[in-house]
Amino acid sequence: MSQSYNRGLVEDFGRWREFTAGMWAWILHKFTGWVLVGYLFTHIAVLSTALPASNAASGVIAAETDVYTTTLQGLESLALVRVLEVGLLAVAVFHILNGVRLLFVDLGVGLEAQDKSFYASLVVTAAIVLASVPTFLEGVF
Amino acid sequence: MSTQIQEESEEATETETETAPVERESPGDRRREAKRTASDQRVASEPVGEIEGDTFRLKVFRYDPEVEGKMEPRFDDFTVPREKGMTVLDALIYARDHYDTTLTFRHSCRQAVCGSDAFFINGRQRLGCQTQISDLDGPVRVEPLPHQDVVKDLVVDMEHFYDQMHAVEPFFQGDTPDGDLEEQRQSRENREKIKMSTRCIWCGACMSSCNIAAGDNEYLGPAAINKAYRFAMDDREEDELKEHRMKILDQEHGVWRCQTQFSCTNVCPKDIPLTEHIQELKREAVKQNLKFW
Repeated sequence: MSQSYNRGLVEDFGRWREFTAGMWAWILHKFTGWVLVGYLFTHIAVLSTALPASNAASGVIAAETDVYTTTLQGLESLALVRVLEVGLLAVAVFHILNGVRLLFVDLGVGLEAQDKSFYASLVVTAAIVLASVPTFLEGVF
Repeated sequence: MSTQIQEESEEATETETETAPVERESPGDRRREAKRTASDQRVASEPVGEIEGDTFRLKVFRYDPEVEGKMEPRFDDFTVPREKGMTVLDALIYARDHYDTTLTFRHSCRQAVCGSDAFFINGRQRLGCQTQISDLDGPVRVEPLPHQDVVKDLVVDMEHFYDQMHAVEPFFQGDTPDGDLEEQRQSRENREKIKMSTRCIWCGACMSSCNIAAGDNEYLGPAAINKAYRFAMDDREEDELKEHRMKILDQEHGVWRCQTQFSCTNVCPKDIPLTEHIQELKREAVKQNLKFW
């Protein structure tokens, strides 16, 4: 044999229109997983302001002017943060629901309906996120 | 039917350019001139509806490392008459027999048994002999299996796939029963259990569709794991043998590489529930590791 030709990764993201339900579930699960890991660090950063705040005088805490409360209130006053919170909820809910779906896949239950369960998790995620919008975005706009 | 012959002559000019016959200037010019006017007339007079009706366009991946000018991969267009019950393999055979004899692809039994003609047809791994033209949107695009090196045209290097298949020892190793005329019996239930996994024809479609296998050369791949399932779940093999088989599978690049994208299950031309089998082996591996007694 003389030589052969390596076509490289043919099924890359350029073919996203042809991806099947299982493939989309895998991609979204990976993506939401990484987003949640990223959120974890910002979450820790915000929560860590509670350490200096705990040293503040009790009057400061009672007046809600300690660094922890002001940081949270400052963040919550930003419209962008409110929108991102809705996004975070969407990411978390999908990851949870698809995680349950994968649990069933691992148990060998309903493998024929794996595409339907993926669509179902998308629909439920959308419903929960839409229902949460009034709560999260109250008084921002 | 008339369009088919016209296309044939058109194709002929394309292939002839390589072996351009040395002719005296005047006849050659005359010939080319005649051809040009003929093709102009044809284009002008051709009713568009007729081509749409009984022919279709077949786009085929071409690559030939041994011929200069064909080393650059390209797509060739063939116009093939549409026939009732025509498969992609039929169309390829037509194109090879009528237009270009150098068009290379593997095929043998034409009835989805030999597993040699798995191609990437319209963006999906399918068997050429099993795929009806009428089920596809035109133009029909035929490429070699992705994630495998192309040797020529639609022929891919299957060596790695076969290596993975052989790695799981795809043969029965149970003890022969005592006595000359003793039979090795299998229960009906056990036969039913492994029935689907025995259907594998080694076409490589699943391995090609798996994008985990594409990025991890050590991964056994769906076909090999399915093959291992067929023997690991066979009751006629002893428990020690099953343990031995599970040792091969219970590895990072064994069953645990599967991330349940269901790509293999979707493309398998024999409808083997590959993901289901892989998942069952995963559970089996866990069970064996949790065995304390």
